[in-house]
Amino acid sequence: MAKTIIPIGPFHPLQEEPEYFSLTVEGETVVDVDVELGYNHRGIEKLSESKTYDQVPFVVERICGICSTSHPYAYVKAVEDISGCTIPERAEYIRTIIAEGERIHSHLLWLGLAGHFLGYNTVYMWVWKLREEILDVMEILSGNRNNYAMFKPGGVRRDIREEDIPFVIKKIDSIVKTLDMLKKAILDDPVLHARLKGIGILKREDAIDYSALGPTSRASGVAKDVRKDAPYGAYDKVEWKMIVTEKGDVFDKVVVRVLEVFESISIMKSCLLSLPKGPIDANLADIVPGEGIGVHEAPRGETFHYVRSDGSNRPTRHKVRAPTFMNLPTCKSTVIGAAIADAAIILASIDPCYCCTERLAVCRIDGKRMMNGGELIRLSVEKTEKLKKEMGRR
Amino acid sequence: MSITLNALLKSPWVFHLSSGSCNNCDIEVLDCLTPRFDVERFGIKLAGSIRHADVLLVTGSCNRKSSARIRKIYEDHVPRPCVVVAIGECSLSRGLFIDSYNCPLPLDRIIPVNVYIPGCPPKPEAIIAGVVKLIQRLKASV
Ligand code: SF4
Repeated sequence: MAKTIIPIGPFHPLQEEPEYFSLTVEGETVVDVDVELGYNHRGIEKLSESKTYDQVPFVVERICGICSTSHPYAYVKAVEDISGCTIPERAEYIRTIIAEGERIHSHLLWLGLAGHFLGYNTVYMWVWKLREEILDVMEILSGNRNNYAMFKPGGVRRDIREEDIPFVIKKIDSIVKTLDMLKKAILDDPVLHARLKGIGILKREDAIDYSALGPTSRASGVAKDVRKDAPYGAYDKVEWKMIVTEKGDVFDKVVVRVLEVFESISIMKSCLLSLPKGPIDANLADIVPGEGIGVHEAPRGETFHYVRSDGSNRPTRHKVRAPTFMNLPTCKSTVIGAAIADAAIILASIDPCYCCTERLAVCRIDGKRMMNGGELIRLSVEKTEKLKKEMGRR
Repeated sequence: MSITLNALLKSPWVFHLSSGSCNNCDIEVLDCLTPRFDVERFGIKLAGSIRHADVLLVTGSCNRKSSARIRKIYEDHVPRPCVVVAIGECSLSRGLFIDSYNCPLPLDRIIPVNVYIPGCPPKPEAIIAGVVKLIQRLKASV
């Protein structure tokens, strides 16, 4: 059968970021997939070498708006690794609280977008409405809706006020209630079962071979989580469990993310309730020459930062590796063989984040025609409609 | 007033173009569509394709690779009349990325810009206020 190439992007409503996928299809089946990035490259690593250690958190925060805690967290850990200092306990707790708040909002954001790709705009609207609540919490805690600016090498920039804690706890309790309802509505929906189960399966061996990270690997039965494997912050001081499922299909990835939100809420709550008193900043002295590594479990998987210092006030080398860099290649094993109507949700199921990934730009401008992904979403929505009809639901 | 402009002012369809942003601005744009802010009240709708759009919302610090595409989209693909809204510090002046080797020009040196919405990221309220101001200005100009 003749092969057709379907270009998606680079500017399309499927994702909020520019990237270019080309799907090679034979009839209905995808036989190859390729991705071209580079629309997001801003030279962050180079920029960060021109800033002082204290300014870099503001730069890495803007690597990605969704991970605006993960990158600073990994960076400050790398700097603290160089200087070998210990962080006040209260600062560790505050860092954990902010990091978990981010995980909640990131997973909810993905859940909403996934609903949108499937033609379930109700899910999109409900989940994003719920997400506003957690953004309110973050605004109370950090003063910002998105770029929290809480991290600095040696501690945190801003304390949590005692009088805010009851409000925050009340707010996250109310989130749990709505989320419970949503969880039942989403995970028990027969149409979603029919639509998501058994597609885009990432086998356990493949997850290991591709070194998949975060929820993408945990959904395939690989129990990998920096927060458990090398505890930091307050993660070893509070009770929580790692969510692992076995099948590795898109449905399992949804399940992992939804259940993780509940875990994050409970971590956040226990940290708030047992917040120790004391200073929030270790007042780092000058950074000694050396190199350091920082890792943090971002919502999408392990974020890795490497910093080298020569004793001056700015890093001589700063390397960033975001989780999507490892997760994106798994599309090779999940999308190939799937129907085109499923491609949109499978590509989205790793929760890709290109602005995190684009640390290196390779420009290749070829004469391919660009189209938008509206067509793909339409196919996806039509498939859901068809299934609904077959199952006698509206 | 021409019939196209009249229709445009009643219900502007927006297309959202990210030219190398950090995602926050884009998320705030999408946030405007969800229940708390709900810009569909004003007839503003996110268009699925550039060819259906009346308003281009551009976010991000146009990098070398995407600026060529943005110019092409603006010149060849968008139907006229078309207004351009620059959202976020990045597209206004490149903000933090002003020294970056890969972000040579701010947006308004690449394509003409009608409305600037500052902030990093601007709150959804600011984005809505910006679009409303744009509509008022268009009304006054005809
Ligand atoms: S203006 Fe700020 S929030 Fe918006 S894309 Fe640029 S860095 Fe991100």
